[in-house]
Amino acid sequence: MPTPTESYTAQPVIEFRDVEKRFGDKTVLKDLNFSVERGERVTLIGPSGSGKTTILRLAMTLEHLTDGYIFIGGEPLVYEERNGRRVPVSKRQQKDLRTRIGMVFQQFNLFPNMTVIENIIEAPIHVLGLSKQDARARAHDLLEKVGLPEKADAHPSELSGGQQQRVAIARALAMDPEILLLDEVTSALDPEVVVEVLKVLRDVAENTDVTMLIVTHEMSFARDVSHRVMMFDGGNVIETADPETIFTNPSHQRTKEFLSAVLRDT
Amino acid sequence: MTMALFAAGSISATVDTPEIDDTTSFWRWDFAWEVLPAMLESFFKVTLLVTVVGTLIAAVLGLIIAILIRLLPRPLSILVTWIANFIRMTPIVVQLLIVFYGFVWMEPMTIALVVYGVHYSTYMSEVYRAGIDSVPRGQWEASTALSMSSGRTWRRVIIPQALRSTVPSLGNYAISMFKDTPFLISISVMEMVTTALEIGGFTYRYIETITIAGLIFLVASYFTAVLVNRLEKRLAYAY
Repeated sequence: MPTPTESYTAQPVIEFRDVEKRFGDKTVLKDLNFSVERGERVTLIGPSGSGKTTILRLAMTLEHLTDGYIFIGGEPLVYEERNGRRVPVSKRQQKDLRTRIGMVFQQFNLFPNMTVIENIIEAPIHVLGLSKQDARARAHDLLEKVGLPEKADAHPSELSGGQQQRVAIARALAMDPEILLLDEVTSALDPEVVVEVLKVLRDVAENTDVTMLIVTHEMSFARDVSHRVMMFDGGNVIETADPETIFTNPSHQRTKEFLSAVLRDT
Repeated sequence: MTMALFAAGSISATVDTPEIDDTTSFWRWDFAWEVLPAMLESFFKVTLLVTVVGTLIAAVLGLIIAILIRLLPRPLSILVTWIANFIRMTPIVVQLLIVFYGFVWMEPMTIALVVYGVHYSTYMSEVYRAGIDSVPRGQWEASTALSMSSGRTWRRVIIPQALRSTVPSLGNYAISMFKDTPFLISISVMEMVTTALEIGGFTYRYIETITIAGLIFLVASYFTAVLVNRLEKRLAYAY
């Protein structure tokens, strides 16, 4: 077996190959191929219903993969090809790969029955096997980073939306993921708290080398933090470029229309 | 006159009843006071015991049934659902009698605890099912995103949140079980109302004992409701 580092560095950290996703008879994604390099921050933009969120949900194994393959560090996450046949990977392998991925949701999805610190230390202790002290120390560090050191013992219901989302970011980071999936993390927030959440994320982007796959409608954020922007429409990528090019000089007519529509009021 | 009240197993009470030949008074306080200890004794030894133990069995078994229905593969889960439906849709008296005559070696009091517990567990499983269904999908997804094991997800995330919305209904079923205990007469377990009738059989006075039985039911149900209410408030305050 190759040592992990060898196989990681040679491979893209995440790869979608010939991915197809159908809900009933509605095809959401078709013939989707793209990969993300280690440490890269990629933003998916496009009209709603274009399948951006579905991509993140597929990578997090929250949706069933209709066809194709997803690789995490070169290893198949859902299905693999064996003797020319597409077969599901073992539960164990999926679980191991999944611990390398973290996700922050639009609706935060904090556990309301636990305090902030319990939310953050639950998985590090019981999934990664950290000691309680280590997990707590890490949680306090992260709460410091997201600007909520005094809220450790509060319940999520006592926090504002922006604060809850910052805790959710800390919870995802506590698992020390290689890949962080951000699914419209500011869409459910009041406009005045969007800034505080984006500030935390900019900070994470600047100070860590975590790979990020971002779905957002915050175009200035996308422009600032991403290395690459992918424009989606009708279930596939229609244009990929660096943010500067996408936002100032898009080549695709559909991208121009989309950007002029979303940027009009900002 | 000394009257022995025979009851199942260790449950028995002995009361000294006055010689009453008064058939004209509607209510006699002296008699009421005289029979009160016997009434209370059968309340604590049978009615309350069956309700408390029955509720505990029902609460635990109901949760197990609800989780089994959700986790078992489809044919098995349908089987469990149908067994639960069958138990829920037949009267508790019938179940008491079937077990009583079918398993003659069982102590009537044991039968009482098992039948009340199992019967009400099928009601409570429905309450739990609704509670489990009411936990938002995002909670499951967050657990998956954190790679939490299925067991851990149930224990730490789903069940605590499901329980919160079920406490009021569970309390109502406890009260309902209380009021179902007179059916125990069918398997000759001496609960409170049977005691009242028994005393009446010897003294020809029923109003006092039956009224006392009703009042004890009322007080007990009231306190159960208060308890449930407190529990609910405490859970609501926590998050």
